[in-house]
Amino acid sequence: MEMSAPALRIFGHASIAGVPIFSSLSFEVPAGGWSCLLGPSGVGKSTILRLLAGLDDGVDFKGEIATSDGAPLHGRVALMAQNDLLLPWLDALGNVILGARLRGAAPDRDRAREMLRLVGLTGHAGKKPAALSGGQRQRVALARTLMEDRPVVLLDEPFSALDARSRGLMQDLSAELLSDRTVLHITHDAAEAARLGDRVLLMTRAGISAITPPQSATPRPYDADATLLFQGHLLRLLMAA
Amino acid sequence: MKRVSRISVMALSALAVWQLVVTLGDLPAFILPGPGRVFATLWISRELIAEHALVTTVEILLGLTLGSALGFASGIVLVASPAVRSVMRPMLVFSQAVPVFALAPILTLWLGYGLWPKVATALLIIYFPVTSAFFDALMRTPRPWVELAHVMGARPSRILWRVQVPAALPGFASGLRLAAVYAPIGAIIGEWVGASQGLGYLMLMANGRAKIDLMFAALLVLAVLTLLLHATIDAICRWLWQS
Repeated sequence: MEMSAPALRIFGHASIAGVPIFSSLSFEVPAGGWSCLLGPSGVGKSTILRLLAGLDDGVDFKGEIATSDGAPLHGRVALMAQNDLLLPWLDALGNVILGARLRGAAPDRDRAREMLRLVGLTGHAGKKPAALSGGQRQRVALARTLMEDRPVVLLDEPFSALDARSRGLMQDLSAELLSDRTVLHITHDAAEAARLGDRVLLMTRAGISAITPPQSATPRPYDADATLLFQGHLLRLLMAA
Repeated sequence: MKRVSRISVMALSALAVWQLVVTLGDLPAFILPGPGRVFATLWISRELIAEHALVTTVEILLGLTLGSALGFASGIVLVASPAVRSVMRPMLVFSQAVPVFALAPILTLWLGYGLWPKVATALLIIYFPVTSAFFDALMRTPRPWVELAHVMGARPSRILWRVQVPAALPGFASGLRLAAVYAPIGAIIGEWVGASQGLGYLMLMANGRAKIDLMFAALLVLAVLTLLLHATIDAICRWLWQS
């Protein structure tokens, strides 16, 4: 990585055309850790992520998005969404080097092949997205995210469309490959937050509160007692919200 | 093979119906000549028809090429500049309110009796469908793709060329398929208004001299030309999409 991953601090409130999206909230995303932002649909989780990604939706955000190193976030963020967002006319390799092509830079194909190898897709570089399974496509998306090599990675429910097995494997792979980066992972799945979060933030209509996860290292085993207990705790909080 | 046999069956059925109408209706040859007679004329007058068909083909291909290029460029400009869009879109719709048939005499007045007024009518008739299909497809680019490109740090022009245009090519292709069918109509309109060559001219002349079999032979050639053009464009689009 060209620069070390910064911590993020967000506070403020947002509205669209006078309609509040979320009221006053404040939270921190620690440097180089994996933070899960857990909450039900419609509380404005995605709006926060889009604000961090610099996507303008006509959201009127009053507040501040600060980084621990004081440098702007722009150009230091990679995004991975629920949909793999692979371009269907490009093969896997073409999709991995998309960022460089879009910036008019010379793409590093050898590195792109290395990224595909890291996500377990050696030999699939020449395949179009239509020839890949859902899990494989999401792995190409992960390789594309790694290729971008940004210190801050925003994940918007990237595993929610996968079957249970693929989801578990993708969680492990992502946790391994994105370690040391500042990750903000939007999810509505308590099990996922219990496995992956170094820090877990629960977002409800009332605001955001940090829930202390188990001490164990992430990704936590999906069947460990501590993980399951924490998952139950998160679900209770979600249900009570 | 299946496609070829299906087309053959359709063509043969059409010929059978045609012959049936002529036989049962007891129609004289100067009203509706039978297929046999038309094919005989087609063979006898093959050089004459080929000469005129070549002229019409050149008009169609030029009109198609220029109209598609202009439609492509217009789609790009319309998408790239909201200011141009707000001015040009109503004008585009208005231009469709003026029938090409009404413009053809003016084009002949301006451009003479040669090739160009026919190219112009062919161009005018396909410009709107091509532009409209391409522009709509450009505007339908999935937003998340564009947003991902933004986050990756792409300039709007690169997003246009590397994401929006490739995503819109199937839309452009459907515009081209329509154009392949419309362009011959444009060329024939141009020829009817004022020409000394071309299948449209030949049909008018044959009609005037009561050579109805020649008229039908020319019409048949025009129809086959249009079908061939459509099939060729279709094949090119498919090939481009696959590679």
